[in-house]
Amino acid sequence: MVELLHTVAVALFALAALLVLVRLVRGPGILDRMIATDVLLTTLVLTVGAYCVFNRTTVGVPLMLVLAGTSALSAIAVSRYVSRRGVERTGEEE
Amino acid sequence: MNLVLDVAAGVLLVVAALLSVAAGAGLVRFPDALSRMHAGTKPQILGLICVVLAIALSLREWAVLLTLIPVVVLQLFTAPMSAHMIGRAGYRTGDFRSELLVADELEDDIARADHVSSEEAGEPVGRTLDDREGDDDRAR
Repeated sequence: MVELLHTVAVALFALAALLVLVRLVRGPGILDRMIATDVLLTTLVLTVGAYCVFNRTTVGVPLMLVLAGTSALSAIAVSRYVSRRGVERTGEEE
Repeated sequence: MNLVLDVAAGVLLVVAALLSVAAGAGLVRFPDALSRMHAGTKPQILGLICVVLAIALSLREWAVLLTLIPVVVLQLFTAPMSAHMIGRAGYRTGDFRSELLVADELEDDIARADHVSSEEAGEPVGRTLDDREGDDDRAR
């Protein structure tokens, strides 16, 4: 029962990561790719937590802590870059 | 009792995985960046809470729980920040399909801010709340 649930969870995490990778490769804009990267990182954090549950270990908990704290920085940096570029672009058009 | 806790942890893991799959499906299927962001933010909080509860249920130690609570708190702080910045950048660069929006309240505000800054350059900048509400009534 428990093994079955764990197998299903792992399969679903893998499917989710594959779907996110599709968007990461295809996504037309830089923001689409940034969102996909964010979701991929979230999936990674969840998978590390699942690993802790499977093996009854705590090795992944500090990793989850650091990833949860720093995952927003990349999104903030990229979106600041994108909005500055957007403002310059509209300035040229006027 | 231990088996019940283990099964509960497994069910929570499956729920978190289903949320991740929903986010992935939304990322692939939704039409523009803003709605993709809406889909992608689902597992960031609820999925993480599910996994953290699963770890707590399967390890059953207070020290682990004390380390896991900061994970959720940090994510609660940072996830809205990144979502806000991405949404702001997406709106500013026009990276969304405006015909899909039900209401665009920010457009009215931006138009009003441009109007105020160009028309009342010499007058006091701050407009009162009553003025803004009057504008809203006229717009409706």
